[in-house]
Amino acid sequence: MAVRVSMTVNGKAVSAEVEPRTLLVTFIREHLGLTGTHVGCDTAQCGACTIHMNGKAIKACSMVAMQAQDANVVTIEGVAKPDGTLHPMQAAFKEHHGLQCGFCTPGMVMNAIDFAKSHPNPSEQEVREALEGNLCRCTGYHNIVKAITAGAKAMAG
Amino acid sequence: MNAPLIGARIQRKEDYRFLTGSGQYTDDVVLPGQTYAVFVRSPHAHAKIKSIKKDKALKAPGVLAVYTGEDLAAAKVGGLPCGWLITGTDGQPMKEPPHPPLAQGKVRYVGDHVAVVVGESIEAARDGAELVEVDYEALPAVVDATKAMQKGAPALHDIAPDNKCYTWALGDKAAVDAAFAKAAHVTKLEFVNNRLIPNAIEPRAANARYSRADDSYTLYVANQNPHVERLLMTAFVLGLPEHKVRVVAPDVGGGFGSKIYLYAEDVVVTWASRQLARPVKWTAERSESFVSDAHGRDHHTLAELAMDKDGRFLGMRVHTTANLGAYLSTFASCIPTILYATLLAGQYTTPVIYCEVTAVFTNTAPVDAYRGAGRPEATYVVERLVETAAREMKLDPAEIRRRNFIRTFPYQTPVALMYDTGNYEATLDAAMNMGDVAGFARRKEEAARRGKLRGLGYACYIEACGIAPSNIAGALGARAGLFEAGEIRVHPTGSVTVFTGSHAHGQGHETTFAQVVADRLGLPIESVDVVHGDTSKILFGMGTYGSRSIAVGGTAIVKALDKIIAKGKKIAAHLMEAAESDIEYDRGVFKVAGTDKQKAFGEVAFAAYVPHNYPLDKLEPGLNENAFYDPTNFTFPAGSYVCEVEIDPDTGKTTIVKFSAVDDFGKVINPMIVEGQVHGGLTQGIGQALTEGCRYDPETGQLVTGSFTDYCIPRADDVPSYQLDTRETPCTHNPLGVKGCGEAGAIGAPAAVMNAITDALWSMGVKDLAMPATSESVWRAIHMKRAA
Ligand code: FES
Ligand code: FES
Repeated sequence: MAVRVSMTVNGKAVSAEVEPRTLLVTFIREHLGLTGTHVGCDTAQCGACTIHMNGKAIKACSMVAMQAQDANVVTIEGVAKPDGTLHPMQAAFKEHHGLQCGFCTPGMVMNAIDFAKSHPNPSEQEVREALEGNLCRCTGYHNIVKAITAGAKAMAG
Repeated sequence: MNAPLIGARIQRKEDYRFLTGSGQYTDDVVLPGQTYAVFVRSPHAHAKIKSIKKDKALKAPGVLAVYTGEDLAAAKVGGLPCGWLITGTDGQPMKEPPHPPLAQGKVRYVGDHVAVVVGESIEAARDGAELVEVDYEALPAVVDATKAMQKGAPALHDIAPDNKCYTWALGDKAAVDAAFAKAAHVTKLEFVNNRLIPNAIEPRAANARYSRADDSYTLYVANQNPHVERLLMTAFVLGLPEHKVRVVAPDVGGGFGSKIYLYAEDVVVTWASRQLARPVKWTAERSESFVSDAHGRDHHTLAELAMDKDGRFLGMRVHTTANLGAYLSTFASCIPTILYATLLAGQYTTPVIYCEVTAVFTNTAPVDAYRGAGRPEATYVVERLVETAAREMKLDPAEIRRRNFIRTFPYQTPVALMYDTGNYEATLDAAMNMGDVAGFARRKEEAARRGKLRGLGYACYIEACGIAPSNIAGALGARAGLFEAGEIRVHPTGSVTVFTGSHAHGQGHETTFAQVVADRLGLPIESVDVVHGDTSKILFGMGTYGSRSIAVGGTAIVKALDKIIAKGKKIAAHLMEAAESDIEYDRGVFKVAGTDKQKAFGEVAFAAYVPHNYPLDKLEPGLNENAFYDPTNFTFPAGSYVCEVEIDPDTGKTTIVKFSAVDDFGKVINPMIVEGQVHGGLTQGIGQALTEGCRYDPETGQLVTGSFTDYCIPRADDVPSYQLDTRETPCTHNPLGVKGCGEAGAIGAPAAVMNAITDALWSMGVKDLAMPATSESVWRAIHMKRAA
């Protein structure tokens, strides 16, 4: 028994027939082919699947696609400018070497952008607490913290 | 002419694709006609398989096939091989029990592979897997290595009724016993080096395609060494000719050792892809990673250090029981031996050392290399002993180290290694300065006024990297060579593609290696790209582990570059009608010495590909060179870490307030990338010390720590910002002077943290504490002592 789900993803209207149990992250990766959103766990702990839904960072593995019906979804693929210029948060990750293997990175960036909207000048402690739901095994977080601090300032302009 | 690039903080070439979601990891690969595999895994730690019924699963919608160990046996699929033969003290080879990719007759750990279900969709395969009926007869299980050696313990393998794989030793036992007999003081510790679960954030994955058109296979796999994967799989397991198998390890989301090995899943999907003539993909769920990735560490050790009255080390004696898990993983046997006992001299002149290791099978996941692999265990032994000795003898822990530092090089240790160079005093001084050790007493007092306990701990580690001279490794039991290969392809217009047998899964080789090449050729870094991770593109490769890439892979590239420049000189000599011996190459330009005649690198490259004016009678056209490099020694990165902790005695919570790390990696190519490697290593080391500990239920053998909730890899607010610096004694036996940096942090950090915690608790009578020192265990230690 398939159901039809429709939503806007990275500015484009999309629609597909899916099984009701299809997770939002599976819909994004498998049905839309947007593989920048990653899956790192099966317990909603790692944050690799973080996307924006209606402007807020959420874990796309923690809901089924149907729950995003009519939502406005942005994934990592939709963050840079159409001409390819990096978003200030992406640029800050590059400048501060906030990524190594890159697997946690899309989720980190999506979470960081949402966080920065409400924290234009965050303290180190605030950034570390904001990363509670995003695991990285490579960077030791040191440079991610630096990147988000700088990225938040850059976003505030 | 371009500025030197070696030593520059160049931003990474790979970042743009990762930051925009355009990386391609194995699970991102979807092939035409894709099918999906789900493994049926053992729920028992130890059981006989009485029967497996496939019928219901086969009838489920969308299920294409179910395969079991019997099917693989009938198809003559071999077992997973072990790449290192250890010979025991009794002169006998280690016990090598069969390791079938899918269990035959018996399962030996929770998560062991019983069957695979292939479906049209992942959901169909999952539903099918639920319908495979396996009838088990549960057997008693043993998960602790010490218990597994006891009489009457359940035996895992017929060929090892006492569960022992080998007992192996290194060093002169009689000389060590004599040194202990004349010691003024002996420090003794008994501890467990806790079992760790690697947990790269990208779960393992494999996607195999078979093509009938040319009888060939392509395997996409999250792996650190695609050529080794191919060699082991073709020659030992599937009996396929190598030229018919292509292994691609595209972007790989972290490895830390766990993606070195040939795993059952890789073999099974490759084999299944031919049975079905369809591509078969398997991606681990995190809970599968916990039970089936090779784990790390798990040593039980009794260690003793003998000293004279001034704290000079006279001898060291170490007995270790190493838990290998249920089967021998690819390099399991060399980790607690060759990569462990040989490092027990540390940075010190201890004249005699004896180490005996018994390696044991238990009903747990196989154990193999995890970031550091043997060397963190060795450093933990040495540095916990040294620090404890200092406290017992009332010597300053830095001073006791200085009294015993090796100061002349090359230095032959009593445990086989020959250190080429180092300056241990320099890193210790720098780390003590950076950590403001002088101000510690004041900070401790201030903390005490707030009711908090402060402690300061050191770790002065050494590691052997750049594995290894192949002939020495071979004499020690390695069943593979350990060289590296590289290729420089200069294109007609002078841009360059570098092909390397090293593999990057976060290390940033695309940038670092390009820096080396661009620097040596005097080209802009934009003109150089690096390709890795595909057996169809790379001539050969031994891959990345043991912090070997820049030292071995980088050197292979430099050797290929030397050939490029040598050939370029011949071409330039012809073009400028000069003698070859008069041609100099200086950052992008071939010059005739003493004249103003010159040809740019691009002009020479062009002449090589459009050889109209070219010495065709003496020289082949084209500008493309390969090199294989086999190192002449290990490299010996070393460093000093100073960790300062504050403990809240009411909650037992340990906070790392300051962590200062000074490393000597030899020449540093890209300090930004090197620092990132240290940050990551330190965090994994701190994880081992404070939060991570794999636990199996001792009765049932169930994995108790099977999710991120129960097994805590550090989160951002568990770790501090780090203070880092480097000192540089260039490696003497490779042209770049490099040593490697990938594992250092994970090697040095556990001892530094535990030395700091035990320093804080020493006055309360807590001499030692087990890792991980969770809040609960620290609280208990404090309150047990208070109660006593
Ligand atoms: S995949 Fe969503 S939190 Fe891990
Ligand atoms: S960069 Fe590898 S997990 Fe974060």
